Amino acid sequence: MAMGASQSKTRLADRLRSWQLHHRVSARDSLLRLLHSPISSLMTWLVIGIAMAMPVGLTVALENASSVSMGWDSPAQVSLFLRAEMSLDAAAQLQQRVERRPDVHSARLISREEALREFQQLSGFGDVLESLDSNPLPNLVLVTPRQARLQAAEAAALQASLLREPGVERAVLDMEWVQRLNALMKLSQRAVWALGLILAMGVLLVIGNTIRLAIENRRDEILVVKLVGGSDAFVRRPFLYTGFWYGLGGACLAWLVVALALWWLHGPLSALALLYQSEFDLQGLGLVGGLRLLALGGTLGLLGAWLAVARHLTVIQPR
Amino acid sequence: MIVFDRVSKRYPEGFEALSEVSFNIQQDELVFLTGHSGAGKSTLLKLIMLMERPSRGQVLVNGQNLKKLRASHIPQLRRQIGVVFQNHQLLFDRSVFDNVALPLLIAGNTRRETGRRVRAALDKVGLLAREKDMPITLSGGEQQRVGIARAVVNKPRLLLADEPTGNLDPALSAEIMQLFEQFNQVGVTVLIASHDLALISRLQHRIITLRGGRLIAPGADGIGGTTPLGRT
Repeated sequence: MAMGASQSKTRLADRLRSWQLHHRVSARDSLLRLLHSPISSLMTWLVIGIAMAMPVGLTVALENASSVSMGWDSPAQVSLFLRAEMSLDAAAQLQQRVERRPDVHSARLISREEALREFQQLSGFGDVLESLDSNPLPNLVLVTPRQARLQAAEAAALQASLLREPGVERAVLDMEWVQRLNALMKLSQRAVWALGLILAMGVLLVIGNTIRLAIENRRDEILVVKLVGGSDAFVRRPFLYTGFWYGLGGACLAWLVVALALWWLHGPLSALALLYQSEFDLQGLGLVGGLRLLALGGTLGLLGAWLAVARHLTVIQPR
Repeated sequence: MIVFDRVSKRYPEGFEALSEVSFNIQQDELVFLTGHSGAGKSTLLKLIMLMERPSRGQVLVNGQNLKKLRASHIPQLRRQIGVVFQNHQLLFDRSVFDNVALPLLIAGNTRRETGRRVRAALDKVGLLAREKDMPITLSGGEQQRVGIARAVVNKPRLLLADEPTGNLDPALSAEIMQLFEQFNQVGVTVLIASHDLALISRLQHRIITLRGGRLIAPGADGIGGTTPLGRT
């Protein structure tokens, strides 16, 4: 009894070891096989890489855009445009009065001269402004509410109460466009997801088809392996690894493509950000995002290979 | 070792390759299976390998009733059987060594064990010096010997051969047959399908003859002959 138990234990250990060995051998051989025909492998990798780079790149772009809009979104701001006849001193008093309010975090006065200078510098309309006789811009107080995120009703109440301050001509709540932007952003995210799904299916089909050809090419070998006692799993394994390598290689290329695109966009984007006085910095995939991309690629490769193997390998039986 | 009990095989097209075939091969026996081409020799071997399943009757290999063997266990059955094919079935994209090592890779031997066993098998068939060569560079007789080395490398208890000397000249054929006799002497049960009557009748072993898918009675020459499975 003890004998039998120890024997079956050794056999189990043996089987585990041989299983690991074949995994190693399959992984290495299938990779070498791909590298053995570098051009055709590279073509497949490129197809997968480009297909993956599209949605990934768009996701990165969207994430950057949403991080920008998040910066604008919170806290909401109320811009108080003051009456033109109001003096700068009176405006300063108003600013202090507003800042003392319990529901206000801070208030900043931008004088009409400051506003004009800034506008001239950044808008590109400098020449036009210079041709004007007088400064058309009013004094402005930018009010930041105490609560970081205001409900629409609270924001409206604050806006109305600020409008009652003497000398305030208009109080503009900078929220509607942010809400619209957010809605637009959500829509775009959905669109990118849909695109991603379609392209992922494309990747699955590309890998599945490539594996199908590989199976056809190695038909004789599969027959012999089955004749000398290779199990289905044994026969399947190299092809699954091949799919995995295709997916992983494609994901590497996708990472590269996205990184290159970001690098290419970085210069013009930071110039643009400077124009908007933003501290915006373009965020890439990052290490975690990149590793996720690789995992996704490997999984897609494995899945695509599985589809092909499940369909085509069982048909090949020695006769 | 091998028991056929009233086995018939009818192909879907209606052709009956074997009808009511019964015989029994003992362990350690070397048996020749003969008959004209189309007599059912290959079908009989395929039934033992479970490349085909019988339409009627039962096949037992090593005490195992193949009828009850599920498809997922076929690989295990085949690992216990060494097979030599007429057309060698070698893989031409890898070396002689790797061809012979294939069953060991499947069985999951360690690298060192594999090296040792492959060289022993190649030594046995006299091709130790050619282990690094590609099969395409070998002669027909050498390729067949590589096929034999692959069949015996996993030390199977049963060795099947389908026309192993089909494409070889008489001298080479005799050498190959000698190899099979040597394996038989160390306890391997051997079943060889061959139509080379001149060669096999010189060797003192039992001969099973098929004609039109039926077993025919042992020859009058007294050499070997079948012992139909006694039915009570």
